[in-house]
Amino acid sequence: MRTSKIGNFLRKFYVYIVLFIMYAPILVLIAFSFTDAKLIGNWNGFSLRLYLSLFRNREIVTAAVNTFVVAFSSAAVSTVLGTLGAIGIFYSGKRSKAVMEGIGQIPIMNAEIVTALSLTILFVFCGVKFNFLTLLVGHVVLTIPFVVLSVRPKLMQMDPNIYEAALDLGATPNKALMRVIMPEVVPGIVSGFILSVTLSLDDYIITAFTRDTSYQTLSTYVYGVTSKKGTLPPSLRALTTVITLLALIVLLAANRRSKLGPKKNKH
Amino acid sequence: MQKNSLHFQRKFLAIPYMIFMVLFVVVPLLLIIAYAATDQSGMPSVENLMSFFRDSNNINTLIISLFIGLGNTVLCLLAGYPVAYFLAKKDLGFTMATVLLFVMPMWINFVLRTAATRDLLFWLGLNGGDHPYLTTMIGMVYNYLPFTILPLYTTMIKMDQSQIEASCDLGATPPQTFVKIILPMTMPGIVSAATMVFMPTMSSYVISDVMGERKISLIGNSIQLYFDQGLWHMGSLVALIMLIMIVIGSFATRNIKTEDDARGGLW
Repeated sequence: MRTSKIGNFLRKFYVYIVLFIMYAPILVLIAFSFTDAKLIGNWNGFSLRLYLSLFRNREIVTAAVNTFVVAFSSAAVSTVLGTLGAIGIFYSGKRSKAVMEGIGQIPIMNAEIVTALSLTILFVFCGVKFNFLTLLVGHVVLTIPFVVLSVRPKLMQMDPNIYEAALDLGATPNKALMRVIMPEVVPGIVSGFILSVTLSLDDYIITAFTRDTSYQTLSTYVYGVTSKKGTLPPSLRALTTVITLLALIVLLAANRRSKLGPKKNKH
Repeated sequence: MQKNSLHFQRKFLAIPYMIFMVLFVVVPLLLIIAYAATDQSGMPSVENLMSFFRDSNNINTLIISLFIGLGNTVLCLLAGYPVAYFLAKKDLGFTMATVLLFVMPMWINFVLRTAATRDLLFWLGLNGGDHPYLTTMIGMVYNYLPFTILPLYTTMIKMDQSQIEASCDLGATPPQTFVKIILPMTMPGIVSAATMVFMPTMSSYVISDVMGERKISLIGNSIQLYFDQGLWHMGSLVALIMLIMIVIGSFATRNIKTEDDARGGLW
């Protein structure tokens, strides 16, 4: 299609305007994180007081730590179980493969709140008290299908003969698995892990249903204070800046990774 | 290969994964069905179903959820389709960094992002208490736009450009090319995007709570309410209704190959 210069300009303009609108709320919060006014829109002069109060706020710091603890521990469990699962499924017979892949699709297709409620009912039914483990299980259910989905394509790209070759050359099955199959799927494992962490960090619904109510993550903390006060407490504006900065760092890393090619680079 | 069943076989690696999935995905769903079909004393009953549909509030909730879900899906597709198309067009010269910028909001906590949007709208004079539907819709589009753009984009970069050029060379007008060539080629992305937006919109109670000042009740809100009151049987019934809608939806789109790992596509 021949496209004129003006046409291309308009196309680019549209993309940037959508981007701008998408980021407007975050940018406004970041801008007003450098003043200590109660509401956004009032500028009381430059101040870093909100940042001080953010880092002094025990509740927020604890919630942030908890968020990362849940995200990394659930991602670790998901990655191990999911990687082994993906390999096992890949080498299963046709019928059991179809059944297992179907079950793996359920948490992806299902509405998050249905997953959350179904787990809650399981725990209530079994008389389990809500604690860190129930929360962990919730996050593993949320993230494990994505690990399987990330590892599977790597298995499909693999040369099927190398495992057999390793066995023929005298490797034990265990050794062949660790030395031959694992290295081939490492990029898939890494993306599965990163994706798990991302999904877990952002989760609210499953967390709210499966946690012990005294255990706060950033999602539940922010939800709690905003629904009580009606607007975001000022120190959360500083939190927005910090989180956005972290996200930007991830973005830059991802950008480098995509430039270097997915194989060489890891996070 | 060794066929001896006691010997190590690679498919055994899926056993822990399958145990986990059966325990925490399959059994909980069966429990939802069982709870939906029984009363407090555990006897089989259709009372949950009857009382749900007798209450006109619940019918309203269903209808409003459907409308907001559909409206959000359409708006996200309308706004996101051109963005994805332009991003995937090589001659516009967008870099991976721009694409990642559209995904980055996913890494900023979702509750925080939603509250930020509400605060910005409030500052601009748009108050969720007075215009709950408008603010809820805006909040929904804000939140689901990245999830729309990503699967569309992953389909579009795989698009066969020569077909588009052939269509133009053979004298089709741009609208004809769009309807006959581009739209069918991007259908998998459209379906993935729609499934990623529609059900989550209806089931997410956080956005309607935060943006609509609790004046709008979606299906997600009613499940959450039953959860808060410990009414597991009624909650399960509503969850079951959602499950049935999901099953119908995935049957309706089963013939269209979707980008099921679109969320992981960038990694």
